[in-house]
Amino acid sequence: MKLFNKNKKKTSLGDKIFYLCNGIFMIAFVVITLYPVLNTLVISFNDGTDALRGGIHLWPRKWSIKNYQTVLTKDNLVTGAYITVARTIIGTLLALITNALLAFIVSRKRFLFKKQLSLFWVVTMYVNGGLIPTFLLFKGLGLTNSFGVYVIPGMLSAFNMLVIRTFMNGIPDSLEESAQLDGAGYMTIFIRIISPLCKPVYATVALFVAVGQWNSWFDAMIYNRMRSDLTTLQYELMKLLSSVTNQGGSVENLKNAAGAVTPTSVRAAATIVTILPIIMLYPFLQKYFVTGMTLGGVKE
Amino acid sequence: MSLLMKKKVKEKTNEVPIQITWKEIKRQKVLLFWSFLIVIYGVIFYYLPLTGWVMAFQNYKPKDGIFHSEFIGLAKFQQLFHDDTFIRVIRNTLAMGLINLVASFVMAIVFAILLNELRNRHGKKIIQTISYLPHFLSWIIVTGILHEALSGSGIINELLVKFNFIETPVNFFAHPQYFWPIVAFANIWKETGWNAIIYLAAITAIDPCLYEAAAIDGAGRWARIKYVTLPGIKPTIIILLLMNVGNVLNAGFEIQYLLGNGLVKSVSETIDIYVLKWGISQGDYAIGTAAGIFKSLVSIILIVIANKIAKHNDEERLF
Repeated sequence: MKLFNKNKKKTSLGDKIFYLCNGIFMIAFVVITLYPVLNTLVISFNDGTDALRGGIHLWPRKWSIKNYQTVLTKDNLVTGAYITVARTIIGTLLALITNALLAFIVSRKRFLFKKQLSLFWVVTMYVNGGLIPTFLLFKGLGLTNSFGVYVIPGMLSAFNMLVIRTFMNGIPDSLEESAQLDGAGYMTIFIRIISPLCKPVYATVALFVAVGQWNSWFDAMIYNRMRSDLTTLQYELMKLLSSVTNQGGSVENLKNAAGAVTPTSVRAAATIVTILPIIMLYPFLQKYFVTGMTLGGVKE
Repeated sequence: MSLLMKKKVKEKTNEVPIQITWKEIKRQKVLLFWSFLIVIYGVIFYYLPLTGWVMAFQNYKPKDGIFHSEFIGLAKFQQLFHDDTFIRVIRNTLAMGLINLVASFVMAIVFAILLNELRNRHGKKIIQTISYLPHFLSWIIVTGILHEALSGSGIINELLVKFNFIETPVNFFAHPQYFWPIVAFANIWKETGWNAIIYLAAITAIDPCLYEAAAIDGAGRWARIKYVTLPGIKPTIIILLLMNVGNVLNAGFEIQYLLGNGLVKSVSETIDIYVLKWGISQGDYAIGTAAGIFKSLVSIILIVIANKIAKHNDEERLF
């Protein structure tokens, strides 16, 4: 009895230390994750020239909304925002429809080339032509210098298809069979019966694609460099960031900066504008991407 | 959970296949029509670029195209391996790929386990939500934040000077020795919470009875983690490790491209950046393609080896 008590006390002390360390770790984790974002937010609301003095952490020293005024009136950023919104909406819709259709086809028990079609797509996960051949192909297809290059090439992807397929495989076949008895064709089954049941997984894939579209910049840089009317928000942000890091807040910059706005503060405001939609949305979509990750069993 | 599901699905596909008959084809004509279109799309966007690999064996001239350019065998590959820059680029890619792989795995697992041990359910939920945030930010934004934080007047230098670790601020982006750790840290910062999702799901799937039994046997927190949680998520860890080994060489483009500069070029450039530089900017398509092929081949070899090892140890396999 005595031994038991002693034992219990010992473990509970160990547990206490464990919880303490765990708590410290979690606090550190949260601080490291949030601080940079909060700091950017604060800088974006601070007077630009004043911010150069440094020492601004979690609260603005000299409030200003000039940074945002500058950002929202910059033509290239506004164009970028329109294009980004357009590619996110169109790209997500296209990707969702095509991936769902493909997943529907390969998850039909009776489909004749089920195995072959799945393999055809899984191979694309491991083998690809690489940057140069892809670049030449897009050029040959006339996709360069066009909006299409944002939404067409990445439309169907093996990963998204597999996520939806796994979900569809879990839907009982009897639903399809009874609908067929009632005379429904495959398209009716897809649209009226399977798709409504797949809403959660559709939301997941839509989220994955939408975030990818919103954040992409490489295609704008490689394929549409010549078309300033097809620029994207992220690419404009990149140009803004690299111009600042190269010049490093020099005196030249200060002179150029009109009034109380500096490249650093404008950049902070542009960053906040870019991430705001995502930050506002993602907490509400958590359950969808958690489902998606566990369904796919794959990292992105 | 899902991994198990996948396995079951795989077994199911071994059913007797349906015979190809006219009746069946007619019945499935809608499916066949759409899959035909989808296959055309796949051929164009995923398989056609593979024919571009021919360029690597040619003295490729854009005006002649791949059909009329002169074949020169492996000359471009020889040129590639005699180029010191390319050797260095391979080293950088492998080094950063491996560091990132190990660092992000360890961090994700540790984070998932520790988060699971939190007793406050509300706190758990909030921390998890916060942990996803960086995943949704683009590399442009993450590197922008890093530039800010690590700059001469940034928070890191400020803290280091304040606590007397250094006397004057360090320009972290000017010294090659800091580059790989910065990249590793950026990867951890961005993806830990996201990567932990799958481990948390695996932990939730562990039978609670095991924990109770362990507690009755007098196991403390540490012992329970060591003997129940870790073995419980081992299959998940192995599968994910296998899947990511093939990606080691893919682990380097955006961040290195955005963070790199002339001063740290020797450690920052990766195969992808090399391809971009020689292929697109310099217009030497042949050498760029050759480098791309090399990367693909190494990736495939890595996947096969990882799979063999797993098979040998009788663990979960990819295929």
